Amino acid sequence: MKPFDRKDGKLVLAHLLFAFAALLIGGIAGALQGMVRGGTLTLPANIAYYELLTAHGVLMALIFTTYFIIGFLYSGVSHTLGGQLLPAARKLGWYGYLLMSVGTVIGVVVILLGKASVLYTFYAPMKASPWFYIALALVVVGSWLSGYGVFYQYRKWKKGHAGKLSPLFGYMSVVTMLLWQVATIGVAIEVVVQLIPWSFGWVDRVNVVLSRTLFWYFGHPLVYFWLLPAYICWYVIIPKIIGGRIFSDALARLSFMLFLLFSIPVGFHHQLMEPGISPFWKFTQVVLTFMVIVPSLMTAFSMFATFEMLGRSKGAKGLFGWLKVLPWKDVRFFAPFMGMLIFIPAGAGGIINASDQMNAVVHNTLWVTGHFHLTVATSVALTFFGIVYWLIPAVTGRVLTPAMNRRGIVQTIVWCVGMFLMSGSMHTVGLMGAPRRTAYTTYNDHPDAVLWMPYETAMAIGGIILFAGVLLIVWNVVSLLRAPKGETEYPIGEPADKAEPTPRFLERWGMWLGIAVALILFAYTIPLIDMLNNTVTSPGYVTW
Amino acid sequence: MHIHRLEKIWLGIGISMLAIFLIVLGTMAFSMGMAPPSQHHHTIDPAKVSETAPFDKPGLIQTGDKRYEAVMVAYAFGYEPAEKLEVPAGSTIDFMVTSSDVVHGFAIVGTNVNMMIEPGEISHVSHTFDKPGEYLLLCNEYCGTGHEYMATTIVVK
Repeated sequence: MKPFDRKDGKLVLAHLLFAFAALLIGGIAGALQGMVRGGTLTLPANIAYYELLTAHGVLMALIFTTYFIIGFLYSGVSHTLGGQLLPAARKLGWYGYLLMSVGTVIGVVVILLGKASVLYTFYAPMKASPWFYIALALVVVGSWLSGYGVFYQYRKWKKGHAGKLSPLFGYMSVVTMLLWQVATIGVAIEVVVQLIPWSFGWVDRVNVVLSRTLFWYFGHPLVYFWLLPAYICWYVIIPKIIGGRIFSDALARLSFMLFLLFSIPVGFHHQLMEPGISPFWKFTQVVLTFMVIVPSLMTAFSMFATFEMLGRSKGAKGLFGWLKVLPWKDVRFFAPFMGMLIFIPAGAGGIINASDQMNAVVHNTLWVTGHFHLTVATSVALTFFGIVYWLIPAVTGRVLTPAMNRRGIVQTIVWCVGMFLMSGSMHTVGLMGAPRRTAYTTYNDHPDAVLWMPYETAMAIGGIILFAGVLLIVWNVVSLLRAPKGETEYPIGEPADKAEPTPRFLERWGMWLGIAVALILFAYTIPLIDMLNNTVTSPGYVTW
Repeated sequence: MHIHRLEKIWLGIGISMLAIFLIVLGTMAFSMGMAPPSQHHHTIDPAKVSETAPFDKPGLIQTGDKRYEAVMVAYAFGYEPAEKLEVPAGSTIDFMVTSSDVVHGFAIVGTNVNMMIEPGEISHVSHTFDKPGEYLLLCNEYCGTGHEYMATTIVVK
């Protein structure tokens, strides 16, 4: 077994450690803010609830995820596309890391100084300090450089292996980074063309409807940027960890391409209750949104097919006998598996949210907060946690000990219990009308709002349990850095023997990117022309 | 590309359910008048809300038998008119709302009234209040420090 390249290991580890530092700080902000909302804590006068909420959202949703994803993708790209990163790819990775880190530090300082309590969606015409927008731009540009590194490594590999099918991990990494490049164009235009000149005072007014549309053009594929790396773990890594095979290489690639096509031209389903967008285009994007259900169903089928085939090969009997032979006591399987399981209600909730006029029932209620705490903060987060138990040992030349494995299982259970309480209460009280992103209030003891209080207390208790989960995973990461020396294999699954060869059209990037761009132009051109023609603009405000 | 027989069945059922659901949703939206609120551009200069009719005089106007028009302005951190809106049970209110500063929410707890209020645009929604009671109307989009105080009530007698 060839050990993981040491230089690449440093780059991967730097990303992972930054990610978990962000998780810790974001977790502290989250726990405090959950207690305030539940009415169990009053903050000292110099710390504002919405400041903490901004820090929590930015650090968890943007920083933790992006750093972890880039670290994970670089590890797999290094391992499967040549065994080590080419010098140019590694350099791009470090430059990206540097830019993102400068951006993160500036951003966090500006937020904690109270100059940017605009939440991680920074809706205009709330006007944050220009440095907040500059910080975000640096993070995005840094992540682009890292993306170029992945593309470069892939292209060089393809040139050196003419006519050969690329490794699945490398292919999926390219799709993920391609999705990210196309999606971030929207937010880059919003920040650079609209918000930075406006926040410096070079222009007086901003087109609000346009800025929100550019944000959500980015905001929805952002969630798929979180999800696709988790899917890479489910499709490529998990089969190897459990001793099984990948159900179908071709269908795995097809599902990733469908995610690329249908996760971008769909941002209007976040803007269903807004003025300025015609109902025809809202519904069109709702239909396109629902197309991602197809690759999601394919993924679910593949996962359970892998599990069942493995169980049957081990002699499991009966309809569900194969469940018993899965390695439940292995955290590298257990944590991502809980993520998969929770993705079933999480995905169903997402379908509810995007249901056009029915969105009125849940829009901007705590239901939505409950929803994405299941998707990104459970399905994605637990999968990422499950990855560190083999990735850190693999890149540092160490081994996972049984004690750490046990603590990992405990961490997973703590996370699930905390999330059940917190997200369950959020979903319920959201249906009762409780708004999201709102500090503690009973609306002058209005009877409807008073009924929400027990749920908000349960949310705070769930939040405290989740914070214990954050501390546990940070402890586990630190222990992994001091684990005994040894060799840990980088687990890459192989396709099942019966699987047929993968058709080559799945690797025709020009064709797929062309379809993606055509769909985006179809879904956005007319509404955007409409928004540009109605140039009602607004001055900026600082309301915090 | 080979697709397993069971996977074909699984995808077939899933895609059919999806198609039926979208047809129901589309039919209800477009032929039963249930499309999401405030779809068309209806613009106003957001810096001149207080001098532009009808928002220079926010309030409740009776427009017919049990039919009212509520002209409202959302601002950080409240709604105009400041006094409670009062209507008899069974009344329909046509809301016409804009913002004089940042983006706000407009949600009435216990109803399907839930829309965004954006500076420069006028949002519209109608609702029939059948049951008497004191309805909580609140802002559900973060708008600044006092966001959690931004609410008013509609009294249905």
